[in-house]
Amino acid sequence: MSESNPPELDEDRAAPPAVERHGDMLRRLGATRYTDDIKLPGMLHGRILRCPHPHARIKSIDASAALAMEGVHAVITGQDMPNTFGIIPWTPDEYPLALEVARYVGDGVAAVAAIDERTAVEASKRIVVDYEVLPFVTDPHEALERPEIGLGRKGNNISKVVELDFGEVESAMDESDLVMEGDFYFEGTAHAPIEMHCAIGQYDKEGFLTVWSATQVSHYLHRELSRVLEISPARIRVIQPPVGGGFGGKSEPFDLEFCVAKLSMVTGRPVKILYTREEEFYAHRGRHPMHMHYKVGAKKDGTLTAVDAKTLIDGGAYSSFGLVTTYYSGQLLTLPVFPEHYRFHSTRVFTNKPACGPKRGHGSVQPRFAYEVTLDEIATELQLDPIELRRRNALGGNTKTVNGMRITSNGFLECLEAVEKASQWKERYGQLPAGHGLGVASSSYISGTNYAIYPNEMPQSAVQLKVDRSGRVTVFSGQNEIGQGADQLLRVIVADELGLDYGAIRVVSGDTDLSPVDLGAYSSRGTFMNGNAALMAARNVKRKLRTAVAEHFECELEEVTVTRGYWVHRDDPKRSVTVTEAIQLAEAKYGTLGTVGHYNTPKLGGDYRGGTIGASPAYSFTAHVAEVKVDTETGEVLIEKIWVAHDCGKAIVPIIVRGQMEGSAYMGAAESVLEEHVIRPDGLHRGPSLLDYRLPTTLDTPDLEALIVESNDPEGPLGAKEAGEGPLHPSIPAVANAIYDAVGIRLHHLPFTPAKVLRALREKERQQDRDAAQ
Amino acid sequence: MLPLPIFQHHAPRTLEEVVALLGTHGADARLIAGGTDLLPNMKHGLVEPEHLISLAAVDELRGIAITDDHLVVGAMTTLDVIAGDARVREHAAGFAEACGLVGGPHHRRMGTLGGNVCLDTRCVYYNQTYFWRQSLGFCLKKDGTQCHVVSSGKNCVAAASNDSASTLMVLGGIIELRGPKGARSVAADDFYTPDGIYNTVKGRDEIVTGVRIPLRKGRSSAYEKLRRRASIDYPALSVAVRIDRDAEGAIEDADLVVSALASRPKRIKAAGRHLRGVDGDALPGAIQAAAEAAYKGSKPLTNIDQDPEWRREMARVLVRKALTRATTS
Repeated sequence: MSESNPPELDEDRAAPPAVERHGDMLRRLGATRYTDDIKLPGMLHGRILRCPHPHARIKSIDASAALAMEGVHAVITGQDMPNTFGIIPWTPDEYPLALEVARYVGDGVAAVAAIDERTAVEASKRIVVDYEVLPFVTDPHEALERPEIGLGRKGNNISKVVELDFGEVESAMDESDLVMEGDFYFEGTAHAPIEMHCAIGQYDKEGFLTVWSATQVSHYLHRELSRVLEISPARIRVIQPPVGGGFGGKSEPFDLEFCVAKLSMVTGRPVKILYTREEEFYAHRGRHPMHMHYKVGAKKDGTLTAVDAKTLIDGGAYSSFGLVTTYYSGQLLTLPVFPEHYRFHSTRVFTNKPACGPKRGHGSVQPRFAYEVTLDEIATELQLDPIELRRRNALGGNTKTVNGMRITSNGFLECLEAVEKASQWKERYGQLPAGHGLGVASSSYISGTNYAIYPNEMPQSAVQLKVDRSGRVTVFSGQNEIGQGADQLLRVIVADELGLDYGAIRVVSGDTDLSPVDLGAYSSRGTFMNGNAALMAARNVKRKLRTAVAEHFECELEEVTVTRGYWVHRDDPKRSVTVTEAIQLAEAKYGTLGTVGHYNTPKLGGDYRGGTIGASPAYSFTAHVAEVKVDTETGEVLIEKIWVAHDCGKAIVPIIVRGQMEGSAYMGAAESVLEEHVIRPDGLHRGPSLLDYRLPTTLDTPDLEALIVESNDPEGPLGAKEAGEGPLHPSIPAVANAIYDAVGIRLHHLPFTPAKVLRALREKERQQDRDAAQ
Repeated sequence: MLPLPIFQHHAPRTLEEVVALLGTHGADARLIAGGTDLLPNMKHGLVEPEHLISLAAVDELRGIAITDDHLVVGAMTTLDVIAGDARVREHAAGFAEACGLVGGPHHRRMGTLGGNVCLDTRCVYYNQTYFWRQSLGFCLKKDGTQCHVVSSGKNCVAAASNDSASTLMVLGGIIELRGPKGARSVAADDFYTPDGIYNTVKGRDEIVTGVRIPLRKGRSSAYEKLRRRASIDYPALSVAVRIDRDAEGAIEDADLVVSALASRPKRIKAAGRHLRGVDGDALPGAIQAAAEAAYKGSKPLTNIDQDPEWRREMARVLVRKALTRATTS
């Protein structure tokens, strides 16, 4: 083995070059193969027949006309899979196909497998379902008033009630100089990923089931398939092909995944179902509509005293993550700016509408809007700069929140300073010409939680490394790469640790046969948990390489060090081997090289029921300043720019962090002025298409400036925390607050449509006239 | 996906062949140019033609020319070409603007003038999937007997949503038609009817071959479109204006048409009255009066998903913007 010339030694390892994500070029070229691109020999196509009524009992289903059609292979109904499922083990309330009662327009009642999609669609129309139409409810307040509809488990429509009380809210409120109170409403929004849900089931002749699915949670899907279909998990494999957008909309099992599996079991052939865009809106799990009543107290100097919140959450037809949502609606509010006394009362009700669930920023985007606007109102009332108000009330690092959440690293003040400076806040806030305004808002979010959905003591994330004598390392990871860059994170962490080029690392992820269990892509847990698992695995290999190289150099362990491409002797850089050679030395010494790494959270959370929900090993922090222009004649709000400062701990792959920050801020901005997921009072979706559900086009997207703040978290992998969801939260209140700065109106109902803005402007004029008349 | 219904596809190469096919298949056939309107409607089960006659290879329908004091635009000319054409911009600015505001860039690259002139009317209760319409109860425009916009309505009020129609009306555009019975010309004014189910006088066996717009010295025009996004959306309201000045520069004639309200674009006749003969300091007042007339004359329905009261108020704003541009250009 020759000793070759190494490059200049750099103990600090230069910052990684701006590496492009693996697979991005394929995406750009249209060469990425998504689930729907997979075509298996003999594959059939399925279609789910959906209920046209908001609430109906299924009296009978006659599939004979469909089955008589040429090319139709099977029809299944709820009776074929009479087991419930649900992402939260305590609330499994969904059947793959409605068993007796369909609960919203779009609920699946039967599924067809046929030779092609057209035949499947035609056949589904020939299935005759005899319904008994039942009373229904689409308004959450009405759901409280009409328990007899009976959508809940206890003869009412209640999904979950959470009532938590921290401190002495009543007395703290009494001692306040100012109490700001208001009602807020957040209309629901949808994820609208460009790729619709798609799944393929293949049940082979040996009784082994493989399901390919556009999912964010291979592992949970694996478990639920086993439960519902009554097949041992050891005989099921879930494969997640590249996903074209998730945003939380694919983070639980869906009807089509069970249907393709069952239809394959019945027909003996692979079966694919691809949702239409309309079905994607019916499957939903988007952001919950919330009616929020907020009361926040403050002292004259701006010291916040207490928060009292009451929230009514419109859950739609099923539980989904609703138990967690109900907790999150209160639990995640208590940082970065919060008083010492807090109570919240949140009620989630069922309604006959598509089920709501987790959308990017799960459960906390809505209350964050109410709270951060209230803070702005307090600042206005007390004539304080709203940035200053936040600064005065900011919780620091290494402390606990009022509800018992442990904070470690906290870069919030740096975030505030970054947006203050970049937006020239001091010179411009309150001083822009009429119609122009600036607004600030802050937030914080979890880096995963220690609530593992189903209680267990096993790791929440794990990776395996296969180290090949060719110099190639394969990372097997259960984490789901859904476009957020999870694979690239692993590639960079492992490559940097081992001194390899990024191109030498291959990642195999989201396949339950090939990779160890990771809980999936949700709760912003990927970087923190999967990253730590990868780091542990890489360090396990590194130790072996170090030992082998030290033996080869006949020196002490600490005398050898790794730089990119080479292991070198600390004192004599001329003595070196390439990393590939080091791997070969280690393989010769230890035998075939492979290691594992895993991560589990420390014990966290408050000592009360629900105290672990929202308890995270680390919190990210964000501050936004939005600049808007309000056209007082048309009511149109143009969001000109958003400065996004985000404490992600450490930006391991800065380009991805920036992308997540911009993408989050964009999504929040869209929810503030444009997007609304409206179900009509009769239970019909207002317009289940991308023409009627308006996403911003490029021309509607504000300028976005990402300002990365690094607080180096003590427990994060290389100091990193989340960046995928936190930077969404402040967009909406920042825009609301900027509108106030621009034209002096307070908007409490989302989205801020031109019609609403104009009405508020008129109301303000009338008020001014009334005031002048007095 | 939503599968397209089965149809027979024809690919004629000349207008004569097109006319012959229309003669044979008539009401069972649809012409397809860019397909940006037709294909989604077919996927929603709104149109179920047995024959599709593609105009893709009929080159004689393409092109822009100036002949006999008219701007002549072939029906197969794509909207992006029209929007960018210097002659159109000079002689019929409002028309060029309208074509440049249809849908998004992809739609304009595929979509044609003929397609936009003949765009099917739109309604929130109509432009939905079969499943959705079935859940609600089919409407009288397709498969049903009731109107969901006007609860006791006997007539369909689906909205004219083509950007080009109102500009062609104010510019005195002439729609050229061909059919088995020969060629005919219909003024844009007479081309559109108040029937939301089928809002043109074009026979089912006729084809729009092109549009002629008369040229006139001292003429200016402008188009304004209300929509929630800066791209893609159909109009929630649209306004087309024309101003004709005499040799001395005084306003000799003016015209204003508002659309995306009901099935036929609506002319605001009072606008001409307010603006004729007006100049100088009186102009802003006259523009305001015309805007007010448009506000009074616009009665938006719930056929489009945007707040009707907002759409109505915007008539004032859009008219003022359009007239201000047309009188200063």
